[in-house]
Amino acid sequence: MSTTTKSAAPQSQYQPDANGRLLEVENLHVEFHTPDGIARAINGASFDLHQGETLAILGESGSGKSVTAQAIMGILDMPPAVIPEGAIRYAGHDLLTMPEEQRRKVRGPEISMIFQDALSSLNPTFPVGWQIGEMFRQHRGMNKSDAYAQAVRLMERVAIPAAKERVKQYPHQFSGGMRQRIMIAMAIALDPAVLIADEPTTALDVTVQAQIMALLAELQEERQMGLILITHDLGVVADVADRAAVMYAGRIVAKADIDDLYARPAHPYTRGLLESIPRLDQKGQTLAAIGGLPPNLMRIPPGCAFNPRCRMAQEICREQEPELRRVGNQESRCHFAEEVLNG
Amino acid sequence: MADVILKADDIVKHYPIKGGILRTTTGHVKAVDGVSFELHRGETLGIVGESGCGKSTLGRVLMRLEEPTSGTVNFDGVEMYAQSGSAMRKLRRDIQIVFQDPYTSLNPRKTVGDIIGEPFDIHPDVVPKGGRKQAVKDLLDMVGLNPEHINRYPHQFSGGQRQRIGIARGIALKPKVLICDEPVSALDVSVQAQVINLMEKLQDELGLSYIFIAHDLSVVRHISDRVGVMYLGRMVELGTEAEIYQRPTHPYTQALLSAVPVPDPTMRGKREQIVLTGDVPSPANPPSGCRFHTRCFKAQEVCSVEDPELIPRPDGAGEHRSACLFAEPRVIVETVDVTDVEPDTRFATTDTVDVDAFGQTPGALPDDETAEVDRTEVADGYAPEDQPTGVGRMIDNREGDNPRPPV
Repeated sequence: MSTTTKSAAPQSQYQPDANGRLLEVENLHVEFHTPDGIARAINGASFDLHQGETLAILGESGSGKSVTAQAIMGILDMPPAVIPEGAIRYAGHDLLTMPEEQRRKVRGPEISMIFQDALSSLNPTFPVGWQIGEMFRQHRGMNKSDAYAQAVRLMERVAIPAAKERVKQYPHQFSGGMRQRIMIAMAIALDPAVLIADEPTTALDVTVQAQIMALLAELQEERQMGLILITHDLGVVADVADRAAVMYAGRIVAKADIDDLYARPAHPYTRGLLESIPRLDQKGQTLAAIGGLPPNLMRIPPGCAFNPRCRMAQEICREQEPELRRVGNQESRCHFAEEVLNG
Repeated sequence: MADVILKADDIVKHYPIKGGILRTTTGHVKAVDGVSFELHRGETLGIVGESGCGKSTLGRVLMRLEEPTSGTVNFDGVEMYAQSGSAMRKLRRDIQIVFQDPYTSLNPRKTVGDIIGEPFDIHPDVVPKGGRKQAVKDLLDMVGLNPEHINRYPHQFSGGQRQRIGIARGIALKPKVLICDEPVSALDVSVQAQVINLMEKLQDELGLSYIFIAHDLSVVRHISDRVGVMYLGRMVELGTEAEIYQRPTHPYTQALLSAVPVPDPTMRGKREQIVLTGDVPSPANPPSGCRFHTRCFKAQEVCSVEDPELIPRPDGAGEHRSACLFAEPRVIVETVDVTDVEPDTRFATTDTVDVDAFGQTPGALPDDETAEVDRTEVADGYAPEDQPTGVGRMIDNREGDNPRPPV
């Protein structure tokens, strides 16, 4: 799978298990301790990721999807963040208990990440080639000129025109789409097995979004990466993901193969979301909205976190928090998942 | 012929680029470069385009927040740019604007009552002084907010609620035209629909005409009767919703439509994809001839020379305006008519009244607790909250996942 130009890449000590599973997040909790109280950003998220697979984490702002990504990458500011419970296993090794020295060697060569806002994620005072090359200087001990040569190769790979001339330019000299390509070049530099893309196209125009998503799909195919796509866009998810986990108030409320998620949603929140989006391919559509707004993470309502907005909510929903459980061939965190699925 | 309320004719807005020690003008950013259209009474005209196409500048020029470089706007029989101060102020009553960002477009130091009531201070003859408070309460009620919240500050409201406040301010003077500049793009999906439904309801009740500026083609399709597509300061295609979405003739419109993802995984790989290469050229130095020719998949020699006019061209079923020498209809989106399909109200509601996180219409927060607390974001998806303890309603300022398209 690695090409000849990647000959410098050492054989990874991390290998997927027999089922091709690379990453396993188990019962992850993340809290932010603030002077005003504890915000429970993630309350027991579990999912896994296989080689070559695209898992979408879908949610609105404040649902905990970005915090999940940051926890996997190990880039949460602790404090104020605290991880009281849970495990994140990469090829069987728990990243949360790993010494920082060892984790640094995972971050980049094994798991890397693309951020939403390419402009603020790139350092404005260094040329882009220097920043891409940093991966090679830091992790592979390459000298400056070799690292620049690698940067040019990567910039060509992500289809930046005139890469040789542009490698010494600064981030502000690139357009939004090009900057996102530079971020991608940096993220794939060390041929990681897992790529996390946090809202990679949210700030981009649709035509540029299409280019970037096509590039990501191509790179994934070529390198058999596991891709975690974090987004709020149901359209993008339908286009690229194999599976999706829907997050609400720091919980995974639904998990399903992509076709099932859209055709037979088993959670009222997913159902509601699908009713509320205007569709390009429909005319005369009557939109229906989920009333209200997501809860404050410091005061998550008792019972099911979604109950105040749920039009199906019963007494039990206000009292008892449902477990994420299997319904048909998907998972749902709803007391009435069967009714939703079949209704 | 339909009743025209606003007619824009050849609007041009150039911004000078200053450079050098003497700050001489070295060029112009041609933000809007010759746009003409008509807005009919009671309709919604959607304006779509990518960032930098000039759609927001157009909105500001139509409001006369910016003086155009040239061009005219005839508003209900009156030449807008010929009006002097007091006459213009009077005209503004009839044309109002709702801005994109519900966080920066409301003054944080003023109460909601002051914000919505401000138009009445400027136009004191609209509502007599004693009746203003009631007028503001009526407006709050109309946009689905609790009239009791008249003394609250913007930070005590969520993004969706703030956009409702912005709309209330926009309709306070009972305008004839409301210009909406990306009114829902900063909102989360589940909240977006509430605001869209509210806008449709208000249009029916007040007979408003909307100019709806947005980059989201799905939202624009949903809300618009007619749609104009902009590229690099020009309008490249203008037609009814069906003409633009079902029989687009301009290659740019076609590419734009093909790039929009549809929330239906069964369509994956089945839709035609027109991938445009490169980026939008700089509006300071737009390409010669047709501005789209540098990225167009149909471009020929003549396109770099001849500037195509926005004139009616055949679209298969009739004709509509398109600015392409090789205009040809092409089906990009297989449209399903769902006019008769009712949404599943077990999961979502078409009601336009605001509901809070506890499923209640807003209430329960004492109005004197208007703490001014720092809401600095600590990390993405997390913000310190400032509402009082007890049975408070939820205040959420975390709806900015999709803050704005790139500049």
